[in-house]
Amino acid sequence: MIRFPGSCDEVDALGACRRFADAELLWHGDRDLRAADAIVIPGGFSYGDYLRAGAIARFSPVMEAVREFALSGGPVLGICNGFQVLCEAGLLPGALLPNVGLRFVCRQVELVVENPNTPFTRACAEGDVLSVPVKHTTGRYYAPEEALDELESNGQVLLHYAEGQNPNGSARDIAGVSNSQKNVFGLMPHPEHAVDPLTGSADGGKLFESLVAHVDALQPA
Amino acid sequence: MKARVLIRPKEGILDPQGQTVERALPALGFDGVKDVRVGRMVELDVPDASRIGEMCEKLLANPLIEDYEILVVER
Repeated sequence: MIRFPGSCDEVDALGACRRFADAELLWHGDRDLRAADAIVIPGGFSYGDYLRAGAIARFSPVMEAVREFALSGGPVLGICNGFQVLCEAGLLPGALLPNVGLRFVCRQVELVVENPNTPFTRACAEGDVLSVPVKHTTGRYYAPEEALDELESNGQVLLHYAEGQNPNGSARDIAGVSNSQKNVFGLMPHPEHAVDPLTGSADGGKLFESLVAHVDALQPA
Repeated sequence: MKARVLIRPKEGILDPQGQTVERALPALGFDGVKDVRVGRMVELDVPDASRIGEMCEKLLANPLIEDYEILVVER
């Protein structure tokens, strides 16, 4: 779990990971990923969201290591600001723009699983509906039309907002996309805030459960 | 040397901020204003203005969603 100055969801995300596996925090100045099997970049306002959300974080020392890790096939999950960082770093296609309504949105939304055959969604079935909160101001997913066609035909749109629930004007109701190798995934909703029935939904746990199952499957028996 | 970089949303990208400003202007009696785009400006004092383009591509702008314009103000 990466912590940047200005991250704010890393503790919840750490707790969510620890429901399924061991997890620890890395600071933005770290260059050593301590042999992690998977990396999570949490939500928040890394470096104050100066310039553009995620624009400065991508140059931090830890991101060099994360880039190498991602390029060698390691699974990387970016949540909200983490998604923005991964897009700015060029590890994910597209960009996040200010919400169409120009307002901060904070609400529970339903997400439909489009592609369950990835390290992040393997505990789900196609068409599963996950109830997870969103909370952001800069969450309108954008990519050029041709790129969107390609994302859809490659199965890189792992999650989309259920019909009528797009909270920010994202292109084609996209809530989360992966890279073409499917080992880097970013989403605007916050699965880490939906891991306990106490808060209304534990559906977000499916994504962490998937990631851990993926890592376990790679370990020698 | 001093320079300014003007950054604005690319053509074709919805700019809700620009639209909101456009809708507010007639209320103040400014009629007929069209195509309002809201961006940002970065002022720089640089040793070598020829490198500003590279700075824009790598950091100051996101070329996927933004256009930039470089103005050298003072040599």
